[in-house]
Amino acid sequence: MSVIALKPGYTGEMKDRVENFHGKQLLYIGWEDHLMYCAPMCIPIEGSTPFGALIQSVIPSLYPAHPDTAKIDWNTVEWFRSGERFTPDPQQTLIANGLGHKANLRFRTPGLTGLKGSCS
Amino acid sequence: MSAVIKEKDRVFVAFQTNDDTRSIVEAIEADNAEAIVSRYPAMVKIEVPGRLVIRRETIEDLIGRAYDLRELHINLISISGNIEESDDELVLHWNQH
Amino acid sequence: MNMPITPQKPAKKLSLKDNYNLLTRGLGWETSYQDMDKVFAQDKFEGIKIHDWDKWEDPFRLTMDAYWKYQGEKEKKLYAIVDAFQQNNGQFNVTDARYINTLKLFLTGVSPLEYQAHRGFAMVGRNFRGTSARIAAQMQAIDELRHAQTQAHTISHYNKFFSGLHDPTHMFDRVWYLSVPKSYFEDAMSAGPFEFITAISFSFEYVLTNLLFMPFMSGAAYNGDMATVTFGFSAQSDESRHMTLGLEVVKFILEQDPDNVPIVQKWLDKWFWRGYRLLTLVSMMMDYMLPKKVMSWAEAWEMYFEQNGGALFNDLARYGIRMPKYHEVASKEKHRLSHEAWATFYNFSHAAAFHTWVPEESEMKWLAEKYPTTFDSLYRPRFEHWREQQQKGERFSNGTLPMLCQVCQVPMFFTEPDDPTKICFRETTYRDEKFHFCSDGCKDIFGNEPEKYVQAWLPVHQIYQGNCFRPGTDPTAPGFEPLAEVLQYYGFHVGEDGGEYLGSLDARNWTQWTGKPAVAE
Repeated sequence: MSVIALKPGYTGEMKDRVENFHGKQLLYIGWEDHLMYCAPMCIPIEGSTPFGALIQSVIPSLYPAHPDTAKIDWNTVEWFRSGERFTPDPQQTLIANGLGHKANLRFRTPGLTGLKGSCS
Repeated sequence: MSAVIKEKDRVFVAFQTNDDTRSIVEAIEADNAEAIVSRYPAMVKIEVPGRLVIRRETIEDLIGRAYDLRELHINLISISGNIEESDDELVLHWNQH
Repeated sequence: MNMPITPQKPAKKLSLKDNYNLLTRGLGWETSYQDMDKVFAQDKFEGIKIHDWDKWEDPFRLTMDAYWKYQGEKEKKLYAIVDAFQQNNGQFNVTDARYINTLKLFLTGVSPLEYQAHRGFAMVGRNFRGTSARIAAQMQAIDELRHAQTQAHTISHYNKFFSGLHDPTHMFDRVWYLSVPKSYFEDAMSAGPFEFITAISFSFEYVLTNLLFMPFMSGAAYNGDMATVTFGFSAQSDESRHMTLGLEVVKFILEQDPDNVPIVQKWLDKWFWRGYRLLTLVSMMMDYMLPKKVMSWAEAWEMYFEQNGGALFNDLARYGIRMPKYHEVASKEKHRLSHEAWATFYNFSHAAAFHTWVPEESEMKWLAEKYPTTFDSLYRPRFEHWREQQQKGERFSNGTLPMLCQVCQVPMFFTEPDDPTKICFRETTYRDEKFHFCSDGCKDIFGNEPEKYVQAWLPVHQIYQGNCFRPGTDPTAPGFEPLAEVLQYYGFHVGEDGGEYLGSLDARNWTQWTGKPAVAE
């Protein structure tokens, strides 16, 4: 049963449909081993944004105060889409990279493990 | 079979610390040989393995007047265990004991 | 000649039991010109089967006459103390002004729940067809209203001196972290009456409420806050009756029909997890917000859940009830919950209506003692870094909104049960849309009733949809600052209510009015 309700066949309104975000979609971004920024970020972004823009401007702007941000070597970064390793194509859009509305993107920066190696 | 005797699960009652409850706590200690009394800021908590009894007569002997066990409500903070209440006593217990 | 006097013996007082039976039984009736199922339309759809409502018994056997008498005494006691507190400027006797932030969290996050509970029990009282159950629900509805009122009244005195206490109900309906308690309660209120009473009376009040009130009130006493101790304990004296009711309710439902057992177990699983997630706020209050600490969150969890809760579930085993699902996850999380939560509020302090701060060195020592396996290795580096940054004039904050769990609505900061360095991610797809969760517990809850949770009002998503601006706001206007506008919509006094404690208006006023340092030594 999809809900216990007084009325049979009751359905709920899908509150966060992509149409509600004014031409944008949501993207969640998390940096592994860096929990000083306490939780993954949620940002509204055009699905047509090339993945390369995430690397060049979007992601660094989310973590301005972390001492490791400037040390990231983007060539060695490992990417995860919904927890699965994948290799994004920086020329392609987010959508073409399989990152649609409410996609979960995580990245790991080998060698960087946060403040004093504490994963902070 | 294991020979380890497991301590019975404890029931507890907690009261505000004040003049009204001083005699209640004394009565509980008198009626429950295994009572463990812990004092926290503003609060006193009494734990007993398995079963705890609060007896009206014991309280009355200590305060020198008639006592209705429902007066306990005024200063009660928390309890655990199944409750049996009569005019004469209030019992907290876990059923396996 | 005088007539001999034969003294008339007064009629024997009724026993507690007879009195209870007379004042609760036979007060309802079988309706004749309307079907009973139409009059009580909501007590069957959840699948709970009740055969004999007269088996319902309040173990305290409290009747309305005694109820008014004892509640009246409690009120007189409370207001006498509140008067004395105000007349003696008791607000300046607390440890330091950091303590006031626990009151801000309480007034905005807990007191509105008291009012919600009032409404919820009024609804339950209407929907049950057994009269003694309805009387118990009626008393509790009145109790909960009393709690909401006494809390607002008592804390209003602090509102004359400190920030962040001015608009609790306005904030409750809007602010991001307050959607956690709000959605918790609305989840219960939008369920049927049996689920509501199981959720609130049993899972919350019986199983978890000791973790809310006992540390809050002992903490208040320890930190010199006489007013809060008083309203807290006054409420708690009702609470112990509610707890008893919660246990009786569950036993009553379980004894009525074996088909009820799996339904109740499912609710216990759900509402344990919902309640536990809500208590995250209490964990950080205990470990970080009380200047003088009573006990650690981990100790409280061990005492009130693992021991007392364990005893309770041992007792319920005879009905075929087991411990709630994922209780072992909660035990694994007990050494990190408060640290992760406080660090999160430190991240978003600029968007909260209370202050945050880095713990003092003496407090970090206490934390390291209480959490020897986690604090120094995982959390101390974070706090020390933040303190250095602050001393350089670069107080850390997180400028981006966080990802939230679809069910508990808490930011996704919880870590994997077996790895405190990895965020715990769970996701599912329903009706072609992705949904994300902080835990297996929250994911299961969604999976059981997805049509309910697709409707969640998630504050971060609502902000991005443009629904958290004041009426008439033009988000396309040049120079529009969305975050600043959201804080206005929340009703915050920006620059006073939230942000860093050191140097805040509260801290400065404290020193000016009391001559004491902003952080007690």
